Amino acid sequence: MNHKTKAENEATDTQWPLWEVFVQEKQGAPHEHAGSVHAPDAEIALQNARDVYARRGRLLSIWVVPSAAITATTPSDDGPFFDPGNDKIYRHPQFYKVPRGVKMF
Amino acid sequence: MEDKKRLEEFEARIQRGEKIEPKDWMPERYRKQLIRMISQHAHSEVVGMLPEGNWITRAPSLRRKLVLLAKVQDEAGHGLYLYSAAETLGVDRQELIEQLLEGKAKYSNIFNYPTLTWADIGVIGWLVDGAAIVNQTMLAKSSYGPYSRAMIRICKEENFHKRQGYEIVATMAKGTPEQKKMVQDAVNRWWWPSLMMFGPHDTDSPNSGELLRWKVKTKTNDELRQRFVNLTVPQAHAVGLTIPDPDLKYNPETGNWEFGEIDWDEFWRVIKGDGPCNRERMRARRKAHEEGAWVREAAAAYAAKHGMKSRVA
Repeated sequence: MNHKTKAENEATDTQWPLWEVFVQEKQGAPHEHAGSVHAPDAEIALQNARDVYARRGRLLSIWVVPSAAITATTPSDDGPFFDPGNDKIYRHPQFYKVPRGVKMF
Repeated sequence: MEDKKRLEEFEARIQRGEKIEPKDWMPERYRKQLIRMISQHAHSEVVGMLPEGNWITRAPSLRRKLVLLAKVQDEAGHGLYLYSAAETLGVDRQELIEQLLEGKAKYSNIFNYPTLTWADIGVIGWLVDGAAIVNQTMLAKSSYGPYSRAMIRICKEENFHKRQGYEIVATMAKGTPEQKKMVQDAVNRWWWPSLMMFGPHDTDSPNSGELLRWKVKTKTNDELRQRFVNLTVPQAHAVGLTIPDPDLKYNPETGNWEFGEIDWDEFWRVIKGDGPCNRERMRARRKAHEEGAWVREAAAAYAAKHGMKSRVA
């Protein structure tokens, strides 16, 4: 099965780096993860991201980030890592009692 | 023991309707089944460009040509969403594409049938994309997060595919007698292969049980097929076309359109490589891959020359 030219083998022997794509759909909205693309550099990553994730036009902005540059929590962090945020119910407004009949906002 | 406990936790998460994400623990079987399904799905999108691409230069008007180009480009995009979802399971896109080009990977049987006339383009959009939407709407609820998200994105775009197909069909169905004959002929040829797209009967589908238990799929092949038939028969009648099935009849009690038996010999024959176009499709795919080599080389050379700063190893 030799359907590849020598030059092509050289061009694709190692897969191009992976880039994560984040897109903004509305003015003022946050950028959200859309998926990923392979590209040899940032410029082509942006072009590929446009062709793959913005064919219907409606995007305002695209970020591409080398996947290798992203540091993320792992599922095992679920407990201890997020604990500091989970046990402080006094950070929510519902924690506080307000006299009946008072309109807060 | 540890694995047994993990498996129980995993299945409990699925039961609660949680999504499984790439870094979460999952049984090896779940990972393997997903790689198999998602890569076959990705290959189908890519090979699916061929029968329709065949008609781009012969589209009957500029409008139809623009639409067909956009649709075929969408299919390429859908392939990429899906390869991207498959990669989150630890497999390389490169590897998957190699398997396709070497003829080791499966893709949807439907694309091994030829597109003989312009009416086929309408009927493919209506029936083939219509069947795909029924399947993909179900897969959008899949338990694997990246697969489900790719499906949601795809479903939004497929609706245009189906509507443009039905528009072609409806236009031809009320056209000249020749046009009407041509579109009926296309329906006659594509109806049964479209029903086969949902796969074997539940009783003959070896993977179904596991996939349903893990909510990779949430409906069975036969359920989806019935849903497709129920949706499609009235659409055919609305434009005066006949479904090529003498056994087709409406059951007012169940609300189902009951249909005749599929030719499973044909189904297995095409899967095993003896469909009308299996070899031609692979030849065309390999040719396209080879002819695109210079683009990949140029991009790599450009990146090497200019992009050292932004390039990640």
